Amino acid sequence: MTRKRIVLTLLHRLAVLAYVAFALFPLFWLLKVSVTPTSLLYTEGIRLWPSRASLEHYAFVLTHSSFPTFFLNSTIVSGATAVIVTIVASLAGYAMSRFVFRGKYWIVALLLLTQMFPLVMLIAPMFKMLSPLGLTNSLTGLVIVYVAFNVPFATFLMQSFFDGIPKDLEDAAMIDGATRFTAFRQIILPLTLPGIAATLGFVFTAAWSELLFALMLISGNQATTFPVGLLSFVSKFSVDFGQMMAAGVLALIPACLFFLLIQRYLVQGLTAGAVKG
Amino acid sequence: MTLHTASGSPAGDRRTPMQKIAARLEPWLYSAPVLILIVAIMLVPLALGVSYAFRDIRLLNPFSGAFVGLKHFRDLAGDGAFRGALVNTLWWTFSSVILQFIFGLILALLLNRPFKGRALAQALCFLPWAVPSFLSGLDWAWMFNPVVGPIPHWLYALGILSEPSNILSDPETAMWGPIVANVWWGIPFFAITMLAALQAIPKDLYEAAEIDGAGPIERFRSITVPFLAPTMAISILLRTVWIANFADLIIVMTNGGPADRTQIVASYIFTQAFRRLDFGYASAIALVLLVLLLAYSMLIVVLRQTMLTRH
Repeated sequence: MTRKRIVLTLLHRLAVLAYVAFALFPLFWLLKVSVTPTSLLYTEGIRLWPSRASLEHYAFVLTHSSFPTFFLNSTIVSGATAVIVTIVASLAGYAMSRFVFRGKYWIVALLLLTQMFPLVMLIAPMFKMLSPLGLTNSLTGLVIVYVAFNVPFATFLMQSFFDGIPKDLEDAAMIDGATRFTAFRQIILPLTLPGIAATLGFVFTAAWSELLFALMLISGNQATTFPVGLLSFVSKFSVDFGQMMAAGVLALIPACLFFLLIQRYLVQGLTAGAVKG
Repeated sequence: MTLHTASGSPAGDRRTPMQKIAARLEPWLYSAPVLILIVAIMLVPLALGVSYAFRDIRLLNPFSGAFVGLKHFRDLAGDGAFRGALVNTLWWTFSSVILQFIFGLILALLLNRPFKGRALAQALCFLPWAVPSFLSGLDWAWMFNPVVGPIPHWLYALGILSEPSNILSDPETAMWGPIVANVWWGIPFFAITMLAALQAIPKDLYEAAEIDGAGPIERFRSITVPFLAPTMAISILLRTVWIANFADLIIVMTNGGPADRTQIVASYIFTQAFRRLDFGYASAIALVLLVLLLAYSMLIVVLRQTMLTRH
């Protein structure tokens, strides 16, 4: 019995280890090539770590390329998207959580519909709509598009967080004479701070990763986001792997920071949003 | 009605008609920003896109825009690349979903039992989910590249490849590249969803079953599976639609090539709109994809209804 248990435990740990290795290896490789000096890249083949590591690729990417601008653009777009979506989705999520009203069913159906249809379908009409408004080639245009795309999921997510807060709290405040909106702002929102942080993180990461609409809507260097910049870099200087991977590691940083912030809420939050949305 | 409010809530009596209207409008005021955004930025372009499918719209031709009826759809019927893309979409979607699901479920089961360092292992296993999709695509494209990546050399050493070449440039094997990247990227999604469902199963059920002498396999079959089934069904269905629409990895890794062997319908739409700037044709393909996905969703709803009525 104990022997069998030890073997089972060992197998379990090995399996977990295999998963961790599979999850991390491609990221490790990205990091490894990014610190391998160009002179060693071809001679050392597939060694797990270069005999001499250097940060020369990072230095080049940060000082001699447009990546700092792309990084800033992406940060502005993703940050603005995250803040606007979270505000708007908290309001709607609160309505979904607290009110029973005619038409609620249709709102939920509408939100679900937006999760089902192919977003690529909107690429052409979106371009035609934004172009006469001067919103192509502009960060504002991207923010508007990303806000709309992320709002349905964020609404479900915020609703699930509001559902977890007892209704009595704002009922008590309203009996004491507060309006519902005051109660929402001063009592309910502060209690939902972890949920707000999680929503900010989800939306920021989603906006940070968006590629196809940015490719279509942005063509000048001025408003290029990181994904578009990295992709055009790949097709332009396809020989310098070290620099590309250094830029890739930079793209990874904000996403990983947000992941650390929200990973505690993942199991709770993503399920609530994913199963409904 | 009046009788009901009179006997029901005394507060209702004292409210003026204005307050009653305000109370009725309140949920709509909270939802208004979201609704306006979705209608203006998703439904209006969606309707425009449907209309483009019947018009000649090419970005570089200022004289285009005329109504052409079903011309695009007739062209589609004779478009070999489109037929290939339909087959590739099925292949891409189902192999990605099945592999993501199986590995995700196993990971959730592994993480569901307590052990030292579980929180860390969980965070590390879920990390690929946070990696931006374009970067996952690029990273895996580099992993498959024999110049900087290890995979061709491993496959060569194992005797699977006759020389360390790039599987992405071989039409026979290219589709496996994006599928592997997609599986790596999507395992956490299923693991997270399944883990949440597993943690919602009451623990005393397992204890009771153990006392009744049920072995681990019996317990898995008669407790875990029935409890997980609804979550499994919903997440697989939603994920299927989502992956069928998911073109990022393919655009980044192969751009549909070589010889259109990795082109799926979603990436074909993007190629038509972005590279050829033929918005009319792109919208026609998109409309076909939309109808197919709607048909799939309807089928699922009908299946669910018949299953529910049978029970």
